[in-house]
Amino acid sequence: MISAILVFNNHGKPRLVRFYQRLAEEVQQQIIRETFHLVLKRDDHICNFLECGSLFGGPDYKLIYRHYATLYFVFCVDSSESELGILDLIQVFVETLDKCFENVCELDLIFHMDKVHYILQEVVIGGMVLETNMNEIVAQAEAQSKLEKTEGGLSAAPSRAVSAVKNINLPEIPRNINIGDINIKVPNLSQFV
Amino acid sequence: MALKMVKGSIDRMFDKNLQDLVRGIRNHKEDEAKYISQCIDEIKQELKQDNIAVKANAVCKLTYLQMLGYDISWAAFNIIEVMSASKFTFKRIGYLAASQCFHEGTDVIMLTTNQIRKDLSSPNQYDTGVALTGLSCFVTPDLARDLANDIMTLMSHTKPYIRKKAVLIMYKVFLKYPESLRPAFPRLKEKLEDPDPGVQSAAVNVICELARRNPKNYLSLAPLFFKLMTSSTNNWVLIKIIKLFGALTPLEPRLGKKLIEPLTNLIHSTSAMSLLYECVNTVILCVQKLRILIEDSDQNLKYLGLLAMSKILKTHPKSVQSHKDLILQCLDDKDESIRLRALDLLYGMVSKKNLMEIVKKLMIHVDKAEGTTYRDELLTKIIDICSQSNYQYITNFEWYISILVELTRLEGTRHGHLIAAQMLDVAIRVKAIRKFAVSQMAMLLDNAHLIASNTQRNGICEVLYAAAWICGEFSEHLEEANQTLEAMLRPKVTTLPGHIQAVYVQNMVKLYASILQQKEQSGEKEAAQEITQLMIERLPQFVQSADLEVQERASCILQLIKYIQKLQIKEVPVAEEVIALFAGELNPVAPKAQKKVPVPEGLDLDAWINEPPSDSESEDEKPKTIFHDEEQRPSRHKQPEIDEEELARRREARKQEQANNPFYIKSSPSPQKRYQDTPGVEHIPVVQIDLSVPLKVPGMPMSDQYVKLEEERRHKQKLEKDKKKKKQKKEKRGKHHRHNSLHTESEEDIAPAHHVDIITEEMPENALPSDEDDKDPNDPYKALDIDLDKPLADSEKLPVQRHRNAENLKSPDSEAPLAEKKSKKPKKKEKKHKEKERDKGKKKEKEKKVVEEEEEKKVILQDMLSYSFCEEEATESVQNGTLDDEPLPVSSSALATLTYDIQGNLQNDSQVTVSVIFENKSTSFLKSMELNVLDSLNTKMLRPEGSSVHDGIPVPFQLPPGMTSFVSLICACSVDGGGTSSCCLGNDEGSTHEKLDFKLHFSCASYLITTPCYSDAFAKLLESGDLHMSSIKVDGISISFQHLLAKICFHHHFSVVERVDSCASMYSRSIQGHHVCLLVKKGENSVSVDGKCSDSTLLSNLLDEMKETLSTC
Repeated sequence: MISAILVFNNHGKPRLVRFYQRLAEEVQQQIIRETFHLVLKRDDHICNFLECGSLFGGPDYKLIYRHYATLYFVFCVDSSESELGILDLIQVFVETLDKCFENVCELDLIFHMDKVHYILQEVVIGGMVLETNMNEIVAQAEAQSKLEKTEGGLSAAPSRAVSAVKNINLPEIPRNINIGDINIKVPNLSQFV
Repeated sequence: MALKMVKGSIDRMFDKNLQDLVRGIRNHKEDEAKYISQCIDEIKQELKQDNIAVKANAVCKLTYLQMLGYDISWAAFNIIEVMSASKFTFKRIGYLAASQCFHEGTDVIMLTTNQIRKDLSSPNQYDTGVALTGLSCFVTPDLARDLANDIMTLMSHTKPYIRKKAVLIMYKVFLKYPESLRPAFPRLKEKLEDPDPGVQSAAVNVICELARRNPKNYLSLAPLFFKLMTSSTNNWVLIKIIKLFGALTPLEPRLGKKLIEPLTNLIHSTSAMSLLYECVNTVILCVQKLRILIEDSDQNLKYLGLLAMSKILKTHPKSVQSHKDLILQCLDDKDESIRLRALDLLYGMVSKKNLMEIVKKLMIHVDKAEGTTYRDELLTKIIDICSQSNYQYITNFEWYISILVELTRLEGTRHGHLIAAQMLDVAIRVKAIRKFAVSQMAMLLDNAHLIASNTQRNGICEVLYAAAWICGEFSEHLEEANQTLEAMLRPKVTTLPGHIQAVYVQNMVKLYASILQQKEQSGEKEAAQEITQLMIERLPQFVQSADLEVQERASCILQLIKYIQKLQIKEVPVAEEVIALFAGELNPVAPKAQKKVPVPEGLDLDAWINEPPSDSESEDEKPKTIFHDEEQRPSRHKQPEIDEEELARRREARKQEQANNPFYIKSSPSPQKRYQDTPGVEHIPVVQIDLSVPLKVPGMPMSDQYVKLEEERRHKQKLEKDKKKKKQKKEKRGKHHRHNSLHTESEEDIAPAHHVDIITEEMPENALPSDEDDKDPNDPYKALDIDLDKPLADSEKLPVQRHRNAENLKSPDSEAPLAEKKSKKPKKKEKKHKEKERDKGKKKEKEKKVVEEEEEKKVILQDMLSYSFCEEEATESVQNGTLDDEPLPVSSSALATLTYDIQGNLQNDSQVTVSVIFENKSTSFLKSMELNVLDSLNTKMLRPEGSSVHDGIPVPFQLPPGMTSFVSLICACSVDGGGTSSCCLGNDEGSTHEKLDFKLHFSCASYLITTPCYSDAFAKLLESGDLHMSSIKVDGISISFQHLLAKICFHHHFSVVERVDSCASMYSRSIQGHHVCLLVKKGENSVSVDGKCSDSTLLSNLLDEMKETLSTC
């Protein structure tokens, strides 16, 4: 069983946090911090396994991680998982991300945490490995985002346009505008449709 | 309407979406917390709106904040709202948030049950998928119980995508609701052979997880996995299977041999290193290959090699020990994971012989490793290695103490308390070492300034705690007690942590007391007074301590000593009294000792000491007192009188218990400490360390000296032994000549320098050794230790949601005539039944008005199942498929085929289990199927409590096209004969609804249980004479006798008792315990069967059936 999947960057900022056992938020953050400190001090060319002792439920658990550019992908697993198998799985997960985001970089993970979660859900559910075939994972993930797009229709289009506009610049302007006035005028028109 | 939506989206234009939130947080690096709390306020506003899109957006942002460590459980209800949105986009957001923050304590989670059930049965596979994914994270015991059946149905979904998810989630369901394992297991097993590799892999995953915890229950699956292993090409699946076999082989040694071939094939053919590793790791324990792995330059392989090595170590310690050099080498590796693995290996590799050597090497590493956590790890490992299994491997405790003392020189370690604990443990438990330990501890106290120089920073000063205590408690071993006392009174001591000072103060008095005694005995009055004066001068520094404990103890003791001083001035001898304060020896007590105290005979721990207050008294009397106040009181408050005898008996019992309890301090004849002649010391074979061991090692001790000494000692022992042997040799010259030359030094030859008989000494007398202590009753996986091969009982069926179905209400009277018309019952019986039925029918009507619950037990009626289902889409007619022989076909239509199978129930002797198998032959889903069962004269269906005979039983699943599934019904019957029952076949053809009527034929054989019988028991049975007899003869039989017997065994559930030529006796037993004996004789072309049975009707019906079977041969 996999008990947690953590992705954080070289500064320990979490980019994806998925625990498969319930832990309070403070404990989760504590684990992320400690895990980060554990992996940070390790060279890139030493082994990818780390016994985490009491960090997770006991000596049966170990951390298996890979370091890609600015990101660490850390899986915490128990002894029923094969160490090298999980290393391959991390590779599969990252390659899948790469396909779905087209040249994935940290920014993709930062701004689309939800999508990363959805992709992860096609690889691991409830701590158990669901699929290891990359094509299958990508196909299912894409089918679902397609479904989301067809559903979006009218209501999603404007917000996409807006977020495109927002993406240009204007970091925080609309927040302080009083939109109450606009609201009042619009309903009157709807009567005539 | 459209405009309203536009308006909604205009609103949303100005809401922050997830990207805006992230961007905002990044722009507010300096006041992030403030910005986020502002955002949370906005989110709270958004959640109050009706627009589901706004809510979903808000929930999505919350999910992000959860990742940053914010608790979002307050929004649980809103999350559920989003989960129940109709659009997949929103639903997915809701489920994601739920999976991140819901848990068993979330109270609103029970509101989700119906929503999840709806999503699970959604026509959109992604809705189902999302619900399954979410459920995998937050399934609770309640959800598991309520949804187990729905998920089990999904395991046969048409889409492999859903099937594999459903299969995986079943594991979570099992964990939360272990009762579901047995009913679901057959289907899970089926999925191992699913056409889709993904589903197969999921099933393998789940079974591996299950088997890992309780492998013995899954041994029967070994052949199936064996097949998978040779056929599968999926590396992931192969790895899992090989790991599973790794767990199974210890239970079934024959498996190992079988596995060698496929595994070697895999090793040779695979290119995947991961698979290769698992093969090597799991089954083929090949140490030489591992050495290659460890010597590899790839760090990952090196790590795994060491890991595998530690597994082998458990079973084959010898073969690993030969690689000690390599493992010690790994201690120098730059990679900490590898060093720790190597340390772990060393832990298992030590023996009496090599302990000193290994620890010496480790000590070198300790010196090399600087101020790292690794050094701490080394330190704990050294202590672990030495102290494992009650210091089993330590042959010389002086050496160990000096190792501990050497370890105190480490600066900045966090494990001072660990060393201290070891010192205390050894000094208390190994009596022979106390003298040496005390001398070493005195030295430590003397050099306390070295250790305590930077007290606040490091934890090493903890050892002073142990040192002070040991010196105080065993002060009679101290040679320079004065000096030690002075060392303890130094002003520097006050900089130590409070709890250590407290121990100092307490032990000073112990020291003082023993010095006082010494001086008084030798008549040095002035020296005694001097020492008192010293105490009075120095103690005030502790009285001023900020630590309460120190202060209290110090002022208490100061007063005591002042009093002693007064007495001393009056020249009263005080030493005896002072030392009495600390009289008595501290004996070590094992942690389990209390549990092991046997309960003395005649003592019942569960018996009440006083009469228990009766429930009725407390409940009934209270309200009464309100009305009649004082009058009753005196009588109620009377104490139950206990006679003297009883009291005496109880007192005696208590005394006895105390006598056996090590925690009661027994009254000892002398108040004096008497170490010198404590019984038990003689039993310890005290060391021959008289030789050249300097007991007082000047300065800090060097453990290395002991290594040399130990070698010498062993050499000496060996020489002595050799001498003895030579003597023997001389005596028995020639005989054992070759034997002795082969002699090697083995483990047992090394006699320990100190013997520690810790276990027996610290346990109470009569303690029984037991293993039970190690079991953990709270293991969540224990619940899944379930026998999966037993047949399913009715009570184990998964709970299913039930609906009442008014449409299918039929009065029993209208059905009954139909049933009777076609009944093939013996005529004389029929009449009786008719009457009975009429009676019961009347009775029933009456009762129905009164108590509906009782109906279940009284119902009679015909076995008639009317089966109806609705279909939502138009159907095409499909040709009927052919059926297997075994399950009996009942009814079929264009849509579906029903078959059934009847089996006796082993657990309950008046029940049979009927499995009705549905096969969907149409191209679309079969939904809301329902079974209506009419009970017969002697057979009735067991219904859940509270439901009436007329209620249909909903079939707990939907059937995808082409799939087969089954429902088990339990019928209770009063078997007296073959219950052949009528058949009613009428089809309500329609595109949407169809009704299939059919009949269940309960043959006699279905009430028979194959039971083996020994020939002597069989003979006795026949002789008993209370069996009815009947016989048949069938002509025209051409099959062989062997074949014939097999047929009878198979179809009629008999077993052969004895067989002579073409004659055989057979036996079976009905579920109600009637014996059935047969004598089968084969002539040239005919067979005659003589039957004897305790029930004549059963026998005649059975023979009729048999005739039918045989005539078809």
